[in-house]
Amino acid sequence: MKLTVNGTEHEVDVEDDMPLLWVLRDELNIKGVKYGCGVAQCGACTVHIDGEAVRSCQTAAADVWGDVTTIEGLGTPDAMHAVQQAWMEHQVAQCGYCQSGQMMQAASLLALNPAPTDADIDDAMNGNLCRCGTYSRIRAAVKTAATKLQEA
Amino acid sequence: MGRIGKIARRTFLVGSAAVVGGVAFGYYAYKRPVSNPLLNDLAEGEAALTPYVKIDSAGITLITPRADSGQGAYHVQAALIAEELDVELDQVSVDPGMPDPAYYNTALSAEAAPFRSTDDGFAADTTRGIMDAMMKFMGMQITGGSTTVPDSFEKLRLAGAVARETLKAAAAEQTGADVSDLKTEKGAVILPGGGTIAYTELAATAATMDPVNDVTLRDPSTWRLVGKEMERVDILAKSTGTQAYGIDFEMDGMVHASVRTSPRGGMMNGFDAEAAREMRGVIDVVQVTDGVAVVADNTWRAIQAVNAIDVDWGPAPYPAEQAEHWQTLSDSFTSDHQDSRFRDDGDVDAALEGAEVVEAEYRAPYLAHAPLEPISAVVQVTDDRADVWTGTQIPRFVQTNVAKLTGLDTGQVFVHVLMMGGSFGHRLEDRVVREATEIAMQMEGAPVKLTYSREEDTVQNDTRQIAMARGRGAVKDGKVEAYDLGIAMPSVVASQMGRQGLPVPGPDLQIVAGAWEQPMQIPNYRVTGYRAPELAPVSSWRSVGASTNGFFHDVFLDELIHAAGADPMEERIRLCWHDPSRKTLEAVAEMSNWGSDLGPNKGRGVAFCMSFGVPTAEVVEVTNMDGAIKIDKVWVAAEVGRVIDPINFENMVQGGIVWALGHTMNSEITYADGMAEQRNYYDFEGMRLSQSPEIFVRGLENGDTVRGMGEPMVPPAAAALSNAIFAATGQRIREMPMNKHIDFV
Repeated sequence: MKLTVNGTEHEVDVEDDMPLLWVLRDELNIKGVKYGCGVAQCGACTVHIDGEAVRSCQTAAADVWGDVTTIEGLGTPDAMHAVQQAWMEHQVAQCGYCQSGQMMQAASLLALNPAPTDADIDDAMNGNLCRCGTYSRIRAAVKTAATKLQEA
Repeated sequence: MGRIGKIARRTFLVGSAAVVGGVAFGYYAYKRPVSNPLLNDLAEGEAALTPYVKIDSAGITLITPRADSGQGAYHVQAALIAEELDVELDQVSVDPGMPDPAYYNTALSAEAAPFRSTDDGFAADTTRGIMDAMMKFMGMQITGGSTTVPDSFEKLRLAGAVARETLKAAAAEQTGADVSDLKTEKGAVILPGGGTIAYTELAATAATMDPVNDVTLRDPSTWRLVGKEMERVDILAKSTGTQAYGIDFEMDGMVHASVRTSPRGGMMNGFDAEAAREMRGVIDVVQVTDGVAVVADNTWRAIQAVNAIDVDWGPAPYPAEQAEHWQTLSDSFTSDHQDSRFRDDGDVDAALEGAEVVEAEYRAPYLAHAPLEPISAVVQVTDDRADVWTGTQIPRFVQTNVAKLTGLDTGQVFVHVLMMGGSFGHRLEDRVVREATEIAMQMEGAPVKLTYSREEDTVQNDTRQIAMARGRGAVKDGKVEAYDLGIAMPSVVASQMGRQGLPVPGPDLQIVAGAWEQPMQIPNYRVTGYRAPELAPVSSWRSVGASTNGFFHDVFLDELIHAAGADPMEERIRLCWHDPSRKTLEAVAEMSNWGSDLGPNKGRGVAFCMSFGVPTAEVVEVTNMDGAIKIDKVWVAAEVGRVIDPINFENMVQGGIVWALGHTMNSEITYADGMAEQRNYYDFEGMRLSQSPEIFVRGLENGDTVRGMGEPMVPPAAAALSNAIFAATGQRIREMPMNKHIDFV
């Protein structure tokens, strides 16, 4: 089957029910997307399909309905997305393992809702678990990113 | 250790040794020198200036042997070296190096000796010295016990200083300038005329010289980095999804494996893998000790296939049902189980006789570590060497165990430590490496990546200890007069070290850690540890014994203070004899505006615990929302001697509070039919963003000893929450998780 990831089209030969997470990680060697729970409980595997945040561990390869963007496609160290800049500015990460998913979730939130309230942030980000407990900084970084995007 | 102003040169003498192709510097002189690990792996033209600094024409590498599980260990270690070496953090690369006895952890032994962190007497120092020697002998390159900063604080700055002065000497030799006219800045020596020579251009000359050992550490007032806000060395990678973790490691020819071992921690009677063998991508089905693994061409296929194997598991070697575990603890408060009574002030029995006795019983459950990155390891075994790539806190144990399994010499086992996606003590165990090695030995030289499914990671987690405490106490004239606390738990140290084949003689300090050594002056004060029989396997979980005992000790103190009718803050301050500890209480009182009017349905609780030598006081503020508790705010004041990086410090403390309160609210591991009943985050949730309180942090620097802050914020948090809920509702919660007794928003 064909998959477009970060603007590049790939031909992959996988089972229909292989989760997109593992197609990305093990077949295409795109490692920014993380395996945490496999059951949509932690959000570490969050990617965008046509701009919408989805849990790639619960999205079967055959069901991918559009272009896939991973954290590598959101921005790069040389050309960071506003969300990544804000994550950097607030030094959000500790272990950092959940942060790709957090940033993808936050970018999707801000694309839909450029000026989220605290309650909006709670609702959108609650499915993304951070075992290191960086929530204070995540909240602050989402707000900074919102400001950056509005100014842009 | 880490004593400010005293450089412990007896434990750190930098020497030199000639090697082929140059000179490398640095080994410990300590009766018998530990050899320099970098000498074995030096290329032509490289100079290893100390075990912590390597410079060649391509660049400067700082060796940071304490592992990074997210606590910023690489960053802190790099900053300490860079401070004296005069390099900027963006000019260097950071490498954990290979495991070696030279990187033994001297600070860990200070926590292993049974003396209070407040006790600087002769006996305490002497015993700590003996433990140092033992730790060195064992070559325990361990990351744990909040020891990275105390262990590194002088060693790494001294390493940086010796390297800097030697590079200056090399520049003097190269240019003929007087060394006293040379300065250093940003990775270069500055010549009298203003010209510069990069360190990388001096490496070859430095390799021919004796190291300059006569160095003086700089005065803290001149520090450029330490104590200042810095950009963490890994923050760019971790903000862009480009940080590679153990689970991301790839190499040519690698195959993927997943494993199941007995969920009852016992034997495997047999298995039927017929269906699994037919599944797409499956390369082989192999046995490991007490379990079975599938090797496949992809992680998902390996996990799917291993789950399709029908396995007959033997019985658990511990009680099958949770109620029996609790009963075992309950039965352990007897003299024949007594493990220690390090605290026995006044005459508790006499004080309680005839008094109105306050009694309470407390419980704390088994808990999983559940870092977000499931454990994994890549192992390749050939005839003459084995390589291990994994995130581990115990590289030396890993090396030894792989050598034993393969029959290779330890010198033929190479452990490459990778970045960890969290640990919290989980990666102080190495079962994943042992299993990956067993699989790799059956795969004829192919590198094998073993990845646990989340479910396997949870079920096989060597948990935090289960624990129970019983308090009896009395008050008199509005003051706490008698305090008697007994704590029963299985020995974490015996369980954990038992899996490494190491016997641990004597009492287990962790059974009473966070309770017996509290700097409280209660006239009649006794803390007794009872060693329960071994139950389910237990291991070090962030703050270890103190994670349960800080809760027990302080909630019981709070109950007595309330019985005395005293103010919880004022009475703790009155009872506290240790000046730096009292200042943490005073600070947190000031930060939280203790005593101010909160309005209806709100409550505040204070708690104090000294653990890992760090006095830590916390205030939690909650609102009772129609019977459900919302945690609004938390204030933390901790005495650490020196804050290395205020940003990293604040982030870690805030995270530790989220960690502690999350588990306190809603998490436990329970056993039924010999198996952990919890499988994934849906039944082991922790805290979510919407529940996360505002957390205010202050690091105090009144003490004379530098301490690490990876764990000490954890022990008081549950107690402060219980005390706050009592203040808001009148309901006293004596058991974790607290959602067994009250709802949370």
